[in-house]
Amino acid sequence: MRQVRLTAAAAAALLVLTAGACSSGGAGGDGGATTIKIAYQKFGNFTQADELFRDVKAEYEDANPDVTIELVPIEASQNDYFTKLALMNRSPSTAPDLMYEDTFMIKSDVEAGYLLPLDEHLAGWDEWDQFVEGAKAAGLGDDGKTYGVPMGTDTRGLWFNTEVLAKAGLPADWAPTSWDDVLEAARAIKAADPEVIPLNVYSGKPMGEASTMQGFEMLLYGTDDRLYDEDSGKWVVGSQGFRDALGFIETIYSEGLAPTPQQALDPNLGSVVSGEWLPQGRLGIALDGSWMPGSWLEGGEAPWPEWSEVMGTAAMPTQDGGEPGAVSMSGGWTLAIGAGTQDPDVAFDVLTHALDKENALRFAVENSQIAVREDVAAEPEYLEANPTTKFFSDLVEVTHFRPATSDYAQVSNAIQVAMEAVMTGQQSVEEAAAAYDAAVVDIVGEQNTVEG
Amino acid sequence: MATTLAPAPAGARGSAPEPGHRPRARRTAVRYLPLVPAVVLLGVFMLGPVVWSFYGSFTNAALTGRNALAPSFVGLQNYQELLADPEFPKSLWLTVLFVLASAVVGQNVLGLTLAMLLRSGAPAVRTVVSTLVVVAWVLPEIVASFALYAFFHDAGTLNALLGAVGIEGPTWLYETPMLAVILANVWRGTAFSMLVYSAAVAEVPPELTEAARMDGATARQRLVWVILPTIRRSVSTNLMLTTLQTLSVFTLIYVMTGGGPGTDSSTLPILAYQEAFKFAQVGYGTAIATVMLLIGAVFSVVYIRSLRPEVD
Repeated sequence: MRQVRLTAAAAAALLVLTAGACSSGGAGGDGGATTIKIAYQKFGNFTQADELFRDVKAEYEDANPDVTIELVPIEASQNDYFTKLALMNRSPSTAPDLMYEDTFMIKSDVEAGYLLPLDEHLAGWDEWDQFVEGAKAAGLGDDGKTYGVPMGTDTRGLWFNTEVLAKAGLPADWAPTSWDDVLEAARAIKAADPEVIPLNVYSGKPMGEASTMQGFEMLLYGTDDRLYDEDSGKWVVGSQGFRDALGFIETIYSEGLAPTPQQALDPNLGSVVSGEWLPQGRLGIALDGSWMPGSWLEGGEAPWPEWSEVMGTAAMPTQDGGEPGAVSMSGGWTLAIGAGTQDPDVAFDVLTHALDKENALRFAVENSQIAVREDVAAEPEYLEANPTTKFFSDLVEVTHFRPATSDYAQVSNAIQVAMEAVMTGQQSVEEAAAAYDAAVVDIVGEQNTVEG
Repeated sequence: MATTLAPAPAGARGSAPEPGHRPRARRTAVRYLPLVPAVVLLGVFMLGPVVWSFYGSFTNAALTGRNALAPSFVGLQNYQELLADPEFPKSLWLTVLFVLASAVVGQNVLGLTLAMLLRSGAPAVRTVVSTLVVVAWVLPEIVASFALYAFFHDAGTLNALLGAVGIEGPTWLYETPMLAVILANVWRGTAFSMLVYSAAVAEVPPELTEAARMDGATARQRLVWVILPTIRRSVSTNLMLTTLQTLSVFTLIYVMTGGGPGTDSSTLPILAYQEAFKFAQVGYGTAIATVMLLIGAVFSVVYIRSLRPEVD
């Protein structure tokens, strides 16, 4: 009896010991060799980063036998990618050395101490002046130091199906100069064929940031008002522009110029628009991003070789045609170095290799990105990659960036809530705007807001 | 748990002479030794996260931004904000509604009904029905969720079936999101209650029901006055388990409606996820988790008190 008991105790003790031993293993280097861990997103039809980093790994390891590159593709949608990356960054044993980082997360991740300032390294990199100034600005932290090297950017504008517009008597070089022009065109499309959805503007919570950025901010930044006052660092509440932008959403959804709220609130709307509605001629005009051809190219999510003949583009006009006449929003991604990296020099060396002219060109072409290196932007291969490249690159002149403070995610959600309330008719524009103002005051505090 | 396992032999020897006292204490200690690893593992992996989450709800910990670097203790601030949050009462109500409708009423009543019906059904019917019901329960949650999303979707199976008989179904997930997720959870969870009740009803001594029948009790009276009181313990356990399980349902709702439209199906787990991971406010999210813990505790106390499984 006693013996049995002791054996059981010993077995249990052994179990605990081995469990402990397992967790303490792993980590640690294998003598001199350096391991660089690269974390990036790989999701749905976004495999371009994965392909790029796979090749970078092969090339770099060949040239530097003492360096091992460990790839950590994070298979998650946009929102979940931020979460998973943040969770990785919280523990030194999982924090990546290099990460694919959205420009709008940089400021808050700098505050969180996740990123390494790159100024010293950049000073010694002769290719850094090839990067355009606007794109460099997106990699700055609040302290004015650079934390991310841009990989590419994007702009937004109106895509239209010329065949659908032709039926409504609109020209193939349609170029609206005010919101009213856009609404009139939508009404004409509806009159010509009630089966066609005239205009898509993303709206509501299921589409997340796409609603805020492709939808609402493309409208708001075409008015005289802004979301955030950069000079005072305060959020704008109670502005006329905010109500006008909501009013535009209300108009298109209540007049049946947009998808039905049920369709619009499907979280998969993005791929429905690019993969079904536009190619099948079921949608006239789409307020969307420069990356759209990415899914229509060969090997994309919904290959559509005729797209360049069927689809036209136009800049999103300002509310009433006021200066500068057009509006765009830009985001974009960077490569950043983890604050806890063991070997910043090697990490930076890998970074410069991943973003050299050849790789940057490839990433811009494959991923339908707007180039951020001047030498890439001048390459014929880049300009010829697709016929809309020049149009969207030129929009950089009128583009805006989001106020990427750490409160932005919550403010963005409040915008989506307001949009959803007016598109479904649950609230009037005034009520939804008032609810937004109250939500913003709640999120950032009254002292950080300013009347618009 | 440990105390209920060990004392039987020790109590039996309670009249042993005094000198044996010390060795006996030592022997008792040795007897507990094999339990130590289990207790340690339970402590680390079950109690640990609960305590940690409870502590986290008093801080402003975040996933990114300044508070990720140096979270500070903020006392009851998260709870104050939660109580002032207009989304909270709605979410609380939706959670209670979801639990009452889908677990307490739906799963339990339907489970008991199925168990009673199957008892008197033909063996073939019994096999077919119980297999079908159990399949819903055996499916991994994410698979079941996608299946139900496809079923309730605007152009899904349900509306196709309704369309076949000339009824134009509503857009379930949009117009009646709570009804859709409640029905989904009933479908998914009924098997568990059915199994528990089948086993419990089979244990009811036949002579009790026979006697009641002889006295002229109707089937309904036999159920209410004989069977239910006899299986009271199983009812209590089953109510507790289904309630706690339903309280924490996340995947099903997240996949089917994402908590929407708006916040019309945002139960507390969805709200906690949104705050902790979408807005990176981990501290605030854990405060919501703590509230869920309290709701679970309230339900448990109610069940234990009202059904008193320990008294016969």
